[in-house]
Amino acid sequence: MFSEEELQKVQEIRSHYPTNLAAVMGVLHIAQDKWGYISEETIRYVAGVLDIPEENVLGVVTFYEMYHQHPVGKYTLHVCTNVSCMLCGSDMVLKTIADKIGCGIGEMTEDGLFSVHEAECLGACGGAPMMSVNKTYHEHLTPEKINAILDELKAKG
Amino acid sequence: MSEYQPVLLPNIPDLHRIDVYEQHGGYGRIRAALGMTPEQIIDVVKVSGLRGRGGAAFPTGLKWSFMPKSTDKPKYLCVNGDESEPGSFKDRQIFEFNPHLMIEGTLIAGYALGITAAYIYIRGEYEAWVQMVEKALADAYERAYVGDRMKERFGTDFSCDIYVHRGAGAYICGEESSLMNSIEGIRPYPRVKPPFPAQHGLWGCPTTINNVETISCVPHILEKGGEWYASIGAQSHPGPILYGISGHVNKPGVYELPTGMLLTELIYDVAGGVPGNKKIKLVIPGGSSMPPLRGEQLEGVRMDSDSLKAAGSAIGTAGIIVMDEDTNLTRILTRITHFYKVESCGQCTPCREGTGWMLKVLHRLEHGQGRSEDLDLLHSVACNIDGNTVCALGEAAAWPVKFTIERFRTELEEELAVAAGLRSVSIPT
Repeated sequence: MFSEEELQKVQEIRSHYPTNLAAVMGVLHIAQDKWGYISEETIRYVAGVLDIPEENVLGVVTFYEMYHQHPVGKYTLHVCTNVSCMLCGSDMVLKTIADKIGCGIGEMTEDGLFSVHEAECLGACGGAPMMSVNKTYHEHLTPEKINAILDELKAKG
Repeated sequence: MSEYQPVLLPNIPDLHRIDVYEQHGGYGRIRAALGMTPEQIIDVVKVSGLRGRGGAAFPTGLKWSFMPKSTDKPKYLCVNGDESEPGSFKDRQIFEFNPHLMIEGTLIAGYALGITAAYIYIRGEYEAWVQMVEKALADAYERAYVGDRMKERFGTDFSCDIYVHRGAGAYICGEESSLMNSIEGIRPYPRVKPPFPAQHGLWGCPTTINNVETISCVPHILEKGGEWYASIGAQSHPGPILYGISGHVNKPGVYELPTGMLLTELIYDVAGGVPGNKKIKLVIPGGSSMPPLRGEQLEGVRMDSDSLKAAGSAIGTAGIIVMDEDTNLTRILTRITHFYKVESCGQCTPCREGTGWMLKVLHRLEHGQGRSEDLDLLHSVACNIDGNTVCALGEAAAWPVKFTIERFRTELEEELAVAAGLRSVSIPT
């Protein structure tokens, strides 16, 4: 269930559009921020909150890369492997991460702290190679930088 | 080049803050615009020669003039900041460093087109930048530059709302009709055109879609005049433009300069040349879907639509990707095709199936299982996608394969032979 504050945010998003349907992406973002991923139960809940058919919500969830349908790490490492990052060393980024936390693309650490994802171009080609950790972009990566980022997150837990 | 003063990303500290933006003339242009008629504004934009910066370089004034003047439906504007084409990373700079310019441009366009509401569509991964734009927007609302209270502030009948719509990771949503379906909350398959958005857009109402950079040019055009804008850069495709230079260059980044710059000047002078002084094998001039140019073909090619067309490519988003002489083209092509396969929405068979087949063939080439007829096979699959789909993602997927094979056949054959173990070392090209 959404909190009072989250429901207010839903109302705010809803007021941006002439239809309930249009609010679905924004509400799904709120749901994912809260529960970490979008379960079948969440799909039913969002449909109920917006009074729209469940199949519409499912159709949207399954279309977009960013709505996770399974649990992901507390810290999601999205490594861009597209052209500019590939040219500048995305292989090194993946290898450094794998050496450090033992995870490759599509894998999660046992403690659920990190999951590693291959990202399509994240729009930071000038900072290649890069990855995002949740919403934060880390650019011009080197093995030292990556290790420092992971150490810091591990310490934070 | 040296005397060019940036206007989209000027060197003014804290320009993203509304008070700093106001000190530098911010929101004075919308005030001036409200004293003109919508037709006068569209005329100024037409005189400026502004062409869309999102990839197609369509004349903006002309696009605006397609919007019906009298209609009983609400009208909408979408500002396209989906920015997902590999090699493009310019709009993010505007979100971060000059968001109020984009907001003011949206207001001016909104008044010229008589819109009720505008949606700034920002790709989902840019969550941090969504928050920056939302902050700027909240400040603009608070000072009554946007929303109902602008009537009072400016003493006019016009008002419009601006909202941020955050995407969720789908390249296809940068396509204008897909973007509208995304906002409507349905699966964002591109729509068949016609009808065009100006007749039948968001919720079936007249809609215009402009790129973030395009919209951000508008306040300066209003302030300094259409002639001023038209005098910058290439005559047929004028104005300041944000070049994104990445790949094998010493100083990658976004550079605001006039259109029509020499590609070689951008790569060697602006972006500091190629690391290790290596030769250039290939340059993609406008984002990964644009036809690649050979390194030895760059001399004299300018970054404007006419010059690039003559050279056999297109300006796209002006995202320049440079690859040095040691680059394995099969691997690059495999990666680009992987991208388009993942991002194909699956609506049209040639694109959905074709990208998958191209990827399979490229995989076997990359891993030494290639057959001598594979390059022809790939070329034929690409040609069967090209032009046979609802939206331009078909071409975007087909062009890199088609043109790389046409222009780099010798290199690809060489790589095929090396990967298959027929030759142990690569012969320098």
